[in-house]
Amino acid sequence: MKRRDILKNIGLGTAGVMVSGEAISQVKPKTAPVKEIPEAQNGKLRDEIIHDNKLKAAKFFTAAEMASITVLSDIIIPADAKSGSASQAGVPAFIEFIVKDMPQHQTPMRGGLMWLDTQSKKMFSKKFVALTPADRLKVVDLIAYPNKAKKEHSQGVSFFNLMRNLTATGFFTTEMGVKDLGYMGNTPNKWDGVPEEVLKQYNLSYSEWEKHAAK
Amino acid sequence: MNDFQIKEQANVYDVVIVGSGAGGGMAAYQLSKAGAKVCLLEAGGYFDPADPKYINQLKGPWESPRRGASTLRPFGDFDAAWGGWEIEGEPYTRKKGTEFDWFRSRMLGGRTNHWGRISLRFGPKDFKRKSIDGLGDDWPISYDDLAPYYDEVDKLIGVFGTKEGLSNDPDSLFLPAPKPRLHELMLMEANKKTGVLTIPSRMSMLTKPINGRGECFYCGQCSRGCMAYADFSSSSVLVIPAMKTGNLTLINNAMAREVITDETGKATGVSYVNKYSLEESTVKGKIVILAASACESARLLLNSKSGNHPNGLANASGIVGKYLHDSTGASRSAFIPHLTNRKRYNEDGVGGMHVYSPWWLDNAKLDFPRGYHIEYGGGQRMPGYGFGFGMENVNGKYPDRNGKMKEAGGYGASLKDDYRFFYGTDIGMAGRGEAIAREDNYCEIDPNVVDKYGIPVLRFNYKWSEHEVKQAKHMQDTFEEIIHALGGIPNGTKPGADTNYGLAAPGRIIHEVGTVRMGTDPSKSALNSQCQAHDVKNLFVVDGGPFVSQADKNPTWTILALSLRASEYIMKEVKAKNL
Repeated sequence: MKRRDILKNIGLGTAGVMVSGEAISQVKPKTAPVKEIPEAQNGKLRDEIIHDNKLKAAKFFTAAEMASITVLSDIIIPADAKSGSASQAGVPAFIEFIVKDMPQHQTPMRGGLMWLDTQSKKMFSKKFVALTPADRLKVVDLIAYPNKAKKEHSQGVSFFNLMRNLTATGFFTTEMGVKDLGYMGNTPNKWDGVPEEVLKQYNLSYSEWEKHAAK
Repeated sequence: MNDFQIKEQANVYDVVIVGSGAGGGMAAYQLSKAGAKVCLLEAGGYFDPADPKYINQLKGPWESPRRGASTLRPFGDFDAAWGGWEIEGEPYTRKKGTEFDWFRSRMLGGRTNHWGRISLRFGPKDFKRKSIDGLGDDWPISYDDLAPYYDEVDKLIGVFGTKEGLSNDPDSLFLPAPKPRLHELMLMEANKKTGVLTIPSRMSMLTKPINGRGECFYCGQCSRGCMAYADFSSSSVLVIPAMKTGNLTLINNAMAREVITDETGKATGVSYVNKYSLEESTVKGKIVILAASACESARLLLNSKSGNHPNGLANASGIVGKYLHDSTGASRSAFIPHLTNRKRYNEDGVGGMHVYSPWWLDNAKLDFPRGYHIEYGGGQRMPGYGFGFGMENVNGKYPDRNGKMKEAGGYGASLKDDYRFFYGTDIGMAGRGEAIAREDNYCEIDPNVVDKYGIPVLRFNYKWSEHEVKQAKHMQDTFEEIIHALGGIPNGTKPGADTNYGLAAPGRIIHEVGTVRMGTDPSKSALNSQCQAHDVKNLFVVDGGPFVSQADKNPTWTILALSLRASEYIMKEVKAKNL
């Protein structure tokens, strides 16, 4: 007997009448909700929505710190012929969120911005944001090149590496940044292999693969 | 969905199943289709990958405030797993000096919602390892016993691949395989030089529609769940169709605590805690099937102590919890200079690799007993949190698009262009190998700790042996050979002896099996070869628990085949009035 026939022919005895074919979710205790947050929405679960709302409502950086972050992010990723600048893509707001989401970034960022102001005052008697664009770059140049930076600026280098990372990630994960990068996926399509001209460029072909597929 | 509470169940189900992942989903599907009245308990919430409120598929990175970072979910905001290695209120402990990380997904379909969809059959040798190398034990069944069930799984669920005729990597009934991506073609070429066999991968995405499900549309996001049901997850392919039979009652947010037995020692049902009300209820069944995951099922058995079963249920042998083993894992990545300045096109493909390397060597000629396969990653992927990190380690080492060397790091328009120039130039490779199942790697009930439902938790005791460490060393050597054959430059430093060659902690690969193993000798195994408890004939375990050894293959396809086989056996035994 084939398995399918066995499946058809076997009943396992009858159970008592019972609600069947339905999902029974269990009753949640009725607390007095201030705002009704659904069990799931837009791919997120209730606890995640609550968590993110809390993070968004909190504030970490001061207005002065945000001003420095904005200036720095645009130094790192300026507008060019292809796309806008980091701040035009909303990178400072992303950095504000991410340090609340990842508290390990808080002290390095806050302290790094202080370091930058201290260094600016040493060199030009003004905080970083108050400097002329040319003078800002003189400070940044001390810390933007890890291999040639002076030892006494190593903490500044660490800060700038972090700032560069967060700015780049923040920029290239926006609609503007993804478009700039040229990522073309995330859309329904029919994959039919590497374009012919690209195969040619790398001197590759599907002839080997076709032997597998033909088996 | 009815929003009412179930308390004491007056009626008796034909079958009560605990857990809705691959094993539980398959049993629920087979038995409810056959006409049995089935009750399925799931510790997590309801999930349907086609329901808009759960969908993360086709979202851009900007739709997550953390850009898909893994702060909340271990594989990022868009990933389908509700749970992780740590779950609030559901702790586990470890014996001093040992490691184990336990991943749990609390949702309909369990870990099949986010899994890698790598769908490999075990081979003939994988069931008889002790006969080959003297380590561990042989399974009580052979490949031939399981082959017809693998066939049924292939037909029901769908798997793509190519017929290779390899001796220990049996072919499935394959759907067409997708063409390799650019870096995958390069890997196939490079591995002609290294001798590392590289073939089209075998994964459960529908490259052709079957059984009324949708066709893969190549977004590469299977781990987010598929709204077209074009890949395998237990929720979409097994449980939701099973509910349409009208024979399945699904109870979500039900944390199983104990299997209840009568004075004869037979199982009569399962007690569970309603996760919202924290009230306990019992659901009665003529047959109880555990599929809560290898460790969760072991925990449930060990917590089910009674006069007839003083060591816990199905544990006269004392074997439950022992022989815990996860796949080994080690990885390396590399920069491929000739991929800089790539032409842009969509190469998302399926969610994962299009080619892989099954184990290609003979362990008799090596200093470690079991093999591994290699998984490959790379390509022009969707950017997410972490994109562009560490550019200062890259842009000073290689000439830019104008052929000029420049100072590492920097800022401004030139830096901005570096991100474009270096996009899609990294490839990654990960070894996934077989560990030896050992009695002294185990989980047990912690005598002092309970979870927030008052249920005693697991304490793990797991250490890698020199077999796994030597295997990881071999992986690292192989990775460098492949990278060099590709003309690539390995990233970072080569993991050495101080880190066990990058060998991941047990549990990190999420292939843990073996805790309720099958065997012919009731003093050395908990289950017979049909996944039926030696001590309790109306009790079955159909998750990774029954595995005797893990093979260098991902376990899901074998869990599905074993569960299907056990379901058929149950039907046969019920008909013969033995159950």
